[in-house]
Amino acid sequence: MTRIGPWFRVPVCAAVLSLAAAGCGGAPPFAAAAPPPGDPAAGKRVYVRCIGCHSPARNRTGPRHCGLFGRLSGTVPGFDYSAAMKKAAITWNAETLDWFLLDPMEAIPGTSMTFAGVKDARERRNLIAYLATLDADSQACRSVAAKLRKEG
Amino acid sequence: MKPNNASEHALLIETAQDSRRRFLRQAGTATFSGIAVALLGGCTITRAAGTSTASDADDAVAKDVRILNTAVAAEYEAIAAYQVGAESGLLKPQVLKVALNFQSQHKQHAEALASAVRKLGGEAADPKTHYNFPVDKLKSQEDVLQFAAGLERGAVSAYVGAIPLFDHRELSGAAASILADEAMHWAVLRHALGLDPVPQAFYS
Repeated sequence: MTRIGPWFRVPVCAAVLSLAAAGCGGAPPFAAAAPPPGDPAAGKRVYVRCIGCHSPARNRTGPRHCGLFGRLSGTVPGFDYSAAMKKAAITWNAETLDWFLLDPMEAIPGTSMTFAGVKDARERRNLIAYLATLDADSQACRSVAAKLRKEG
Repeated sequence: MKPNNASEHALLIETAQDSRRRFLRQAGTATFSGIAVALLGGCTITRAAGTSTASDADDAVAKDVRILNTAVAAEYEAIAAYQVGAESGLLKPQVLKVALNFQSQHKQHAEALASAVRKLGGEAADPKTHYNFPVDKLKSQEDVLQFAAGLERGAVSAYVGAIPLFDHRELSGAAASILADEAMHWAVLRHALGLDPVPQAFYS
């Protein structure tokens, strides 16, 4: 196992990035996984609902979203998660995000993400497609990636 | 700080006090059905929807505390953000006056929400020691106003997303009154930026 950068903390299978989902306990590496179905541009508009607590690049009331795909739940450095989220041990991908975003408090009782959820399936798909764009190469995330790489 | 909007503050506190008192008193009973307690000169609070046992009721209180505390944390962030704007030296005197007024209202929101948490028997969230704001991008008054407008827009969505979750409808109502205030902040900031202050009929 290796990691894609110190910041994303993504467990992936070394040298088999394109096939890693099949060999890493079901945790797809964000760098290699196929983009989830959905319209990222439309998802960015849905993301407005998230910005009360979240930012792509900064930890706020909620953790930052850069590098979300493939990340293990409750592991963004410097963010104070609820006990429930720390214990959840979920790898965020299109499937787990679709499940969680439908009703966060029902999915993970005790989460501090006290948000009713995105009930419309298409809006969730689009939102997830947008979240998937927040990788190390995205404009919104470059500064964070560079900073964290510098910090080692 | 004493809130200007005494009724909003009192409603949050009284709702929280009554909820906690009733849950403690009723612990071990089979049902809360039909309970209604007078509040604030005729206002009433009913049991949390769906709670049928003491355990359910405790879960409902814990859930409402979590919702309130997330809002407390967001309000503290807004207070800190306005402080950054106020100390930036970028705001003209009249704009600074408005910004400080908005900050004062966020302080009132935080105080009311935190008080409600404590009255429910919870521990209110504390402000962070450091907020990682994009201060390097604040070069002009317009930048500060856009930053503030973004936070207020986000706050509207956060309250819209949280209000349906309260087990106690009175808390939903009180939170909605905060939402209304923060929506007004957003509209004023948009107007100051030369944007349509109210560009659409619905928000989520």
